[in-house]
Amino acid sequence: MKDQPLIFEISKPGRIGYSLPDLDVPEENIDQLIPSDYLRTEDAELPEVSELDIMRHYTALSKRNHGVDSGFYPLGSCTMKYNPKINENVARLTGFSYIHPLQDEATVQGAMELMYDLSEHLKEITGMDAVTLQPSAGAHGEWTGLMMIRAYHEANGEKHRTQVIVPDSAHGTNPASATVAGFETVTVRSDQNGLVDLDDLKRVVGENTAALMLTNPNTLGLFEEHIVEMAEIVHSVGGKLYYDGANLNAILGKARPGDMGFDVVHLNLHKTFTGPHGGGGPGSGPVGVKKELIPFLPKPVLVKDENGLRFDEDRPQSIGRVKSFYGNFGINVRAYTYIRSMGPDGLKAVSENAVLNANYMLKKLAPYYEMPYDRICKHEFVLSAKRQKKLGVRALDIAKRLLDFGYHPPTIYFPLNVEECMMIEPTETESKETLDAFIEAMIQIAKEAEEEPEIVQEAPHTTVVKRLDETLAARNPILKYEKK
Amino acid sequence: MKHRYLPMTETDRKEMLEAIGVESIDDLFADIPESVRFKGKYNIKAAKPETELFRELSQLAAKNKDVKTNVSFLGAGVYDHYIPAIVDHVISRSEFYTAYTPYQPEISQGELQAIFEFQTMICELTGMDVANSSMYDGGTALAEAALLAAGQTKKKKVLVSQTVHPETRDVLKTYAKGQNVEVVEIPYRNGVTDVEALKEMMNAEVASVIVQHPNFFGQLEPLHQIEDISHSEKSLLIVSSNPLALGVLSPPGSFGADIVVGDVQPFGIPMSFGGPTCGYFAVKKELMRKIPGRLVGQTVDEEGKRGFVLTLQAREQHIRRDKATSNICSNQALNALASSVAMTALGKTGVKEMAYQNIQKANYAKKMFEKKGFSIPFQGPMFNEFVVKLSKPVSLANKKLLEKGIIGGYDLGRTYPELEKHMLVAVTELRSKEEIDLFVNELEGWQ
Repeated sequence: MKDQPLIFEISKPGRIGYSLPDLDVPEENIDQLIPSDYLRTEDAELPEVSELDIMRHYTALSKRNHGVDSGFYPLGSCTMKYNPKINENVARLTGFSYIHPLQDEATVQGAMELMYDLSEHLKEITGMDAVTLQPSAGAHGEWTGLMMIRAYHEANGEKHRTQVIVPDSAHGTNPASATVAGFETVTVRSDQNGLVDLDDLKRVVGENTAALMLTNPNTLGLFEEHIVEMAEIVHSVGGKLYYDGANLNAILGKARPGDMGFDVVHLNLHKTFTGPHGGGGPGSGPVGVKKELIPFLPKPVLVKDENGLRFDEDRPQSIGRVKSFYGNFGINVRAYTYIRSMGPDGLKAVSENAVLNANYMLKKLAPYYEMPYDRICKHEFVLSAKRQKKLGVRALDIAKRLLDFGYHPPTIYFPLNVEECMMIEPTETESKETLDAFIEAMIQIAKEAEEEPEIVQEAPHTTVVKRLDETLAARNPILKYEKK
Repeated sequence: MKHRYLPMTETDRKEMLEAIGVESIDDLFADIPESVRFKGKYNIKAAKPETELFRELSQLAAKNKDVKTNVSFLGAGVYDHYIPAIVDHVISRSEFYTAYTPYQPEISQGELQAIFEFQTMICELTGMDVANSSMYDGGTALAEAALLAAGQTKKKKVLVSQTVHPETRDVLKTYAKGQNVEVVEIPYRNGVTDVEALKEMMNAEVASVIVQHPNFFGQLEPLHQIEDISHSEKSLLIVSSNPLALGVLSPPGSFGADIVVGDVQPFGIPMSFGGPTCGYFAVKKELMRKIPGRLVGQTVDEEGKRGFVLTLQAREQHIRRDKATSNICSNQALNALASSVAMTALGKTGVKEMAYQNIQKANYAKKMFEKKGFSIPFQGPMFNEFVVKLSKPVSLANKKLLEKGIIGGYDLGRTYPELEKHMLVAVTELRSKEEIDLFVNELEGWQ
């Protein structure tokens, strides 16, 4: 495939790609309206291209991009499932996409009804007492939840609770969110079974514990079997239990965070509930809480009374506003459409199939790669390329070789507690044929590692660019186009 | 059960269970302790077939009054602008919208290049050196800018003008609380930041001074003076800007801003009840390694061919964990792409022309109100919004306007008690002279 020039390199003075209305009001001299020192002296150097130029440019770029619709995308912990097309149609309805957040509430009751009903559905799915739809993404939800936990402890006169405990296998956002919320992070170890080490947890909890953040199933794809004991350990010292919902796709209809003892939950609607990932966003990260944390929910809170729905701003104990307006409504519309397309039986079947697929792949790949934890997994699992590493082939090489087969590789080198880690999440929307073909590719790569390692080490061979020099990019950052 | 999103057949399932060596699906969930197993059925609505569901949700959408069938003069941070038709066609290419973060650059060159172009356009408009790939929205971008400044200057106090969007100030206060940063508000005078008050409040403890330009009332801020005062005590100047306005206005970078943030909603993003929009974040070169979020950089592949990668990742949560510059992971990539397409379609002349039209039309509307004897309390230069004083509550005026299919302006009394009965009016390029005249005429008698 040919190089695609930057849009700035296609630009030609005099071309346009827009159609603005005519200026139909009497025109005034701009200098009369705005003092000259406020006016630009040089135009912003934006492209000058025709509409077809633009369409061809972005079509060319799209061909240089792999999405779920292009092929299998078993990126662990990201739940790259199919994004239903009806969701896109619903989100684009004029009554949803062209309404202003500050319109009179009486004129947006339909949107508020959808938000309310989505919250009700999420309450039931998570087993929590209230849900806010405001956070924009998972990490934003984590921070929102932690701020609420902080406000809760402070309201109880327990300002000394400054520590948030996270397992060594946790997503990087967990400790980062704890820092932004003003907490200190304490790490708890995993045991040889890949689960949180209960003795270590007992050691690290104490009177300063604000919360334990946990993903369950964890990032190794293993269900934390001792969740009841863990909840007891944390609650007995007065701490709260935080559920990172990144892996909820494993337990729909099977177990609810609220029943496991979690006090605060965030969900990633762009993972489990099919908001598309959009090349990195926008997501949506609603947060559910148990009763005692309700006063601290971010403002405004959507309430229903005899006059209909309204946004309540009068929340004296609220942590405040976490974003402008009411969350990523457009993503929430998509998630709601999905939940209504699935129903209770459909959601349960989602997790059953996601877990079935993961276990099937794990079993089929186990003879060829190290399996650090020999037990059933949930919706994802990890393999280690330790065996291949001895032959000079690393997890990174395997990932790059998979590109030649038309696959997006698994998440690699995460979680940090598994050497040469490859984390595979097939999701429930993939067929057995797709899984079998991927398994075949992985087996072939394992053989190549033994017989002709250079073909793996030098991969990818078929992509539009070869491996890129990331060191150069960081050492000599070029972060924008500069006209020659 | 059979479902169009679930391809496994009964035969598949049987074969797979056999391969795994278990009897049933339930065996795969045996690791969930009995006491926490969910045994019932979610008490939620039953599944609906596609057509029925679409009809139901269309009816729900139709309950809302949208800005396309009505005529809107409501802005206050979210605007009704021209969105070139091409924008939705580009972002509907599913290679873009069904991909995730471009962690594997060899098969993500499209997304990476598009974001590199986005970063370039943001730098061009703001006059800054480095822009990131996006933030959740303008509000959180500003809050993160304040945290960056506090970390950089090692000071714990920020001064924020009361002419910054009230919701943005609220978001800032929530973020600041997490980091124990003190937020002090600078009063306004004649619709802009009170420079004399700022002078008095300024001291060596101030990490940053935050203003919005054009500000919440649509007025242009005295950036030269504010810059002087901010930098006199080595605090950072943070400017929040509507990027469309920067098609005509001098970029904040040229006034010496250290960080420029805002929301690119005016470029190609439907209002969508306030989200998802898309924040932008731009800094001077010195702050490059402190910037939150993802950055795309240019590099070469093994054969020397140009390519793009995520770079300077040592700042980010997945590498630095609790020492990261921010916790942001997912951002607003698809909306950044939408904005890129809109900025590309408008291009060098269109962005300027569109901004120019906003200025002309807003000034025309303002003049018409003045002609009718309405009081316009703030008379400084403005972009596309202004404040008009009414004799009765704004909510009543808006009810009356709605009967004529007009969505009136923002009721300033909601967030500025001293501005009760004051309406913030936004006039974009989409409002025709006829619509503006109708709007002004409908308010006859409310002077």
